[in-house]
Amino acid sequence: MQLTVEALTSGYPGHTAAVDGVDLTIPSGQVAAIVGPNGCGKSTLLRSISRLHKPSSGTVRAGDEDVWQLTQRRAAHRIALLAQSPQAPEAVTVAGLVRYGRHPHQGLFRQWSREDEAAVREALEATGTTDLATRRLDHLSGGQRQRCWLAMVLAQQTPIVLLDEPTSALDLGHAVEVLSLVREVAAAGRTVVMVLHDLASAARYADTVIAMNAGKIVANGPARDVVTAELVKELYGIDADILRAPGDGSPVVVPSAKARSVRAPEKTAQAAEETVQAPGETAQAPEKTVQAAEETAQPPEKPVKQSG
Amino acid sequence: MHRPTLWAAAGLVVLLLLLGLLSLLVGSGSTPMGRAWDFIVGDSSARADAQIRLAVLDVRLPRTLAGVLVGVALGAAGCLLQAVTRNPLAETGLLGVNSGAALGVVIGLTYFEVTSAYGVLVWALVGGMAASGVVLLLAASGRAAGSPLRLVLAGSALGATFHGMTSYVLLGEQATFDTYRYWTIGSLAGIKTSETYPLIPLIALGLLIAFCCVRPLAALALGDDSARSLGHHPGRIRLIVAAAVTLLAGSAVALAGPIAFLGLLAPYAARAVTGPRMAGQLVLSALVAANVMIAADLLARIVIRPWETPVSVLLAFIGGPLLIWIARSQRMSTAGVAS
Repeated sequence: MQLTVEALTSGYPGHTAAVDGVDLTIPSGQVAAIVGPNGCGKSTLLRSISRLHKPSSGTVRAGDEDVWQLTQRRAAHRIALLAQSPQAPEAVTVAGLVRYGRHPHQGLFRQWSREDEAAVREALEATGTTDLATRRLDHLSGGQRQRCWLAMVLAQQTPIVLLDEPTSALDLGHAVEVLSLVREVAAAGRTVVMVLHDLASAARYADTVIAMNAGKIVANGPARDVVTAELVKELYGIDADILRAPGDGSPVVVPSAKARSVRAPEKTAQAAEETVQAPGETAQAPEKTVQAAEETAQPPEKPVKQSG
Repeated sequence: MHRPTLWAAAGLVVLLLLLGLLSLLVGSGSTPMGRAWDFIVGDSSARADAQIRLAVLDVRLPRTLAGVLVGVALGAAGCLLQAVTRNPLAETGLLGVNSGAALGVVIGLTYFEVTSAYGVLVWALVGGMAASGVVLLLAASGRAAGSPLRLVLAGSALGATFHGMTSYVLLGEQATFDTYRYWTIGSLAGIKTSETYPLIPLIALGLLIAFCCVRPLAALALGDDSARSLGHHPGRIRLIVAAAVTLLAGSAVALAGPIAFLGLLAPYAARAVTGPRMAGQLVLSALVAANVMIAADLLARIVIRPWETPVSVLLAFIGGPLLIWIARSQRMSTAGVAS
């Protein structure tokens, strides 16, 4: 099911709009990753899509239905959300957690059914958590736990799945595991939109990278076209080299080790040097660091060179 | 269905029947147990004895029935409130029910010259419901409508206000103070069937609402965002469930006066068996509380025979140490107290 966002503006009273006139189309079966610096509006955008925060204007469409016109329950049949830090009920088992995903399909007079059982079994299988089903969630590792949460969201059997920073609390191995799982979910025909903190994994695992800054979309397209040194500079105010992964040519972001100049990205390397040197008056040690930084910042053999 | 929960429920029902029977047999008076037993099994000479009939049918039976009702109501209400506020220490007095009931009783006694026990009951009920209603209205308005924090804040603020008003009225009224003092020590002594029956529909309604809300209530444990994305309305659910708590706790306080600890401890005991299963928690919590209530009331009749100890005092003696034990135990640290 295609997810369409049109002229969406969303924010909080007394502040400038956190999301400012965003247009987006994410086709079926694709993984889109929303990236951007803290406070760029990516979380608010996801909350507005998932009916957690009412936008002040604009529409969100799942297929051809306006998400905000649906009832909470109907919407939960179209869109599932894995919240950023969901709370687990005390002492819940993995199967118990995944069963929550069936709530939108149940009602006062429609209790647990064979269909629900099948959906839970499928979700457990898809996430490789079948063996964990009877274990307690709080006894599992972070990576296993996140797979279980994903299973709950999959058991909801929605065509659209939203993930709010699904890897933020995971180490590299577990993060890769979860993101590969996300790819499989999309391959099975669902539309996945996730907010990611890490541009590198967005570039690696998403079909579409949507970059946001100050409430607006500044880039939107396949990672290999969108992820450039200029974009990294615009979003995060740092210099970076973009390498190509030997396997599939997907962009790899390598931030330069030089002193950051976040406040004034247009500064030259010399200016940046000065700012770092200033506190060095009191001791000798910092001077050393500056020198080291200088060396790494200007290796002559670097292929792509940014500002300075 | 979760097997340990089923077994526990069955066991508690059997225990409740036994305790109920015992409650008909044992009293603080001089009626011998054997005679009471004869009366129950239908011995004709015992049936003809007016004194036994009075003790069993008019004194002990209503009292036992009321004990079960109060226990069920408090156990269920405590369980609901702990789920709704995501606070394992939430108690049934949290919504201002107890302080509202107290104010109702005092107003009834002072300004409307209520003298009958039934009148006191009605005033307690009206006061408790009104107070809780105001708390719910406050909690339902404004930006963070229906948030657990709002519910708790509104409850404690209004509770304190009612408490102050009660004290103010009592200051000048010695006669009211004496009756109130008796009321405020919760007890089942002297309850009549005619006072118990009108509350059955209220408690039944409270339980019905609770069971209809089991699934959304369970989803609240995942946090509001997740509950919403599963198709629930967290704010709305909280207010509906709080209304059910009002019915249950209001009825309980009207029947037996304020009784502490039961609504707090029964859900704890239930969770130890059921884990996070909400429906099981609700049933077991109600059954545990009913059993404890009847057992405590039995003890109340015999510990300082021929006098009676108020059941609330007994419960406080049992509940205090238990609460300390829970606070020191491992479970507390994993319970996750959240606003």
